[in-house]
Amino acid sequence: MINNDSQTILDVQNLHASTQGAEILKGINLTVKSGEIHAIMGLNGSGKSTFAKVLAGHPDYEVTQGTIQFEQHDLLALSSEERAQAGIFLAFQYPIEIPGVANSQFLRLAYNTVQTNRGREELDPLEFDDFVREKMKLLEMKPDFLDRSVNEGFSGGEKKRNEILQMALLEPKLGILDETDSGLDIDALKIVAKGVNHLSNKDNAIILITHYQRLLEHIVPDYVHVMEAGRIIRTGGKELALELETHGYDWLHNNPKNSAGASA
Amino acid sequence: MNEIAKNDYLTCLLNSLSARREDNFLPESQQNEKLSWLKQLRAEAIDQAGQLKLPTTKDEEWRFTDISPLAKLPFKPARTSSTLELNDIQPFLIEEANNRLVFVDGYFAPDLSNILGKDQLIIGNLSSLTTHPVTEIKHHLGQHIQLKNNIFAALNTAFLQDGAFIVAPKNIAVSKPIHLLFIATQKETTNYPRILVVGKENSQMTLIEDYVALQDGAANGAYITNSVVELNLAANAQAQHIRIQRENTNAFHLANGAVSLDHASRYQAANITLGAQISRYNLDISFISEAAECVVHGLTMVANTQLADTHTSIDHLKPNCTSHQQHKCIADDSARAVFNGKIIVRPNAQRTNSSQSSRNLLLSGKAQIDTKPQLEIFADDVKCAHGATVGQLDNEEIFYLKSRGLPELVARNLLTYAFGAEVLDHIPVNSLKHKLEQTVLNQTQSS
Repeated sequence: MINNDSQTILDVQNLHASTQGAEILKGINLTVKSGEIHAIMGLNGSGKSTFAKVLAGHPDYEVTQGTIQFEQHDLLALSSEERAQAGIFLAFQYPIEIPGVANSQFLRLAYNTVQTNRGREELDPLEFDDFVREKMKLLEMKPDFLDRSVNEGFSGGEKKRNEILQMALLEPKLGILDETDSGLDIDALKIVAKGVNHLSNKDNAIILITHYQRLLEHIVPDYVHVMEAGRIIRTGGKELALELETHGYDWLHNNPKNSAGASA
Repeated sequence: MNEIAKNDYLTCLLNSLSARREDNFLPESQQNEKLSWLKQLRAEAIDQAGQLKLPTTKDEEWRFTDISPLAKLPFKPARTSSTLELNDIQPFLIEEANNRLVFVDGYFAPDLSNILGKDQLIIGNLSSLTTHPVTEIKHHLGQHIQLKNNIFAALNTAFLQDGAFIVAPKNIAVSKPIHLLFIATQKETTNYPRILVVGKENSQMTLIEDYVALQDGAANGAYITNSVVELNLAANAQAQHIRIQRENTNAFHLANGAVSLDHASRYQAANITLGAQISRYNLDISFISEAAECVVHGLTMVANTQLADTHTSIDHLKPNCTSHQQHKCIADDSARAVFNGKIIVRPNAQRTNSSQSSRNLLLSGKAQIDTKPQLEIFADDVKCAHGATVGQLDNEEIFYLKSRGLPELVARNLLTYAFGAEVLDHIPVNSLKHKLEQTVLNQTQSS
């Protein structure tokens, strides 16, 4: 929700980023305040996922210009693990499988590492087990999922639920969901959306990256941004997503007054 | 390798053998006319060994593994002088196993062994059992392993004295794992462990073959283990065979295994290689009848200047058999690991289903891994898949873990551990699995 007295969590100014010599992000400006949900839409190759990875500190991308302030700190000075500890969370589009490591082991390690860094108490295996099982109910996950290897042999829906479970455990200030809706059937989509809505509160913020309006019926954004060629070319409210769904992305170009944001 | 060094080792061994051949080579209990076949077996092996030379890196089968350091040391056979007590071997005991045969420097140690399942199976030391199930032993001993062109198997057979002998009788499912524990205590000696396992029709068993050294590191010095395992499964028999090589890191470990699988039998193996300065394990599996299956998992984890070589051969002699193999190597520091996996599908072995995967992880710029999948397919109606990868840790995986707050080193260690632990997952004995997981964890965190 939009609140007038909320804090700025993320402030991105003129962000340019490259990978292997090719510039992908060409001047992104975005401000996210606490309590807000932002959706970033756009066609394949518009730079949405790159933006998410740059925020999380992926080593393959180099920031060549611009600044990112996260809670008044220079985010670009932090490594990816420091960003996670500081409260950035990226739900992956393609979560990695780690055969040989039990999910319970991995979740507890991540949880305790982040807790320690935030100056809080660690949980021992038994305490953690109770804690994680409570969170799992939110996402309607089967208990045997804790004993299985991380994401190995998980269905698309199970992998995405596991991402949101991790978000629930790590309690980030800023959750970035990179195409969390892709590969989900409608039931799984509803469960994931319910989980995200449950986690969203007045102190944190969420960025949803998606192709489709479908997810936004379940997680209602305060702002919708459209990306193209590495920039945000249009910003609007939740109705912008509906218009895009009806008219397609070309509509932004066919109707010049709609692309007013392009020069911003 | 120079010619003189090569002769030193063999000459020394063969001289000691020819001396033994004359007099009472066998313990007195075995001075029996009926055992002439055993003497014959040894005599043949001595002749075989006499005709062979130690392999060099010029031999195709040994081109990655230079054993010349071994040849420079004319290690004598170990003596029988164990003073070990049960307390000394406590760390190696496996709680799930009720049957335990312990061999110290290759010699049977009855006081350290524990035989409980005699109602379920025939188990004991070869040389003390020879008068009883002699037909069984005679039928199998030395009959599965190839001595031709295999100097180490020939030497083992030439020195054959004590050994583990196990028969799971027809229709018996042996409930608890059987632990075969081989402990090395004497430096600068060679020990010759020998194992014969027979699974009769429709039987089941779990076997743990375990090589350890009493003290770790230089305190125990270098020694040679030269072992031979023969395993035969009759129709519908099943065996799970866990093999752990955790010798001290000065040791030389040379091992040969031969497995023959009869109709609709099933063999599952987990081969874990952690120890020894130089080690070599040859595992030959033959499908001697139809509809049998084998699943072979392997993990080699080496560091410092260790060299570990695994050569396997799975021979589809008959139609309708299935083999699945996965081998993983992790090499750190200046260590070297070798995997050579041969799959042979004979002309009449139609409807063979075979897969092989070799995955390898290099943790240091100086480490080296050589992998060689070798498929020889002579039948046309077969399904064979194989793949080999050698690499470093995946950057996307590291990023995933770091994005959850784990520091780089923790992420790397966790992924290395996971790579190895996946193989350990196939060990059906929990306490052993956890112990090995801990070993792998410690090793990943020390780097």
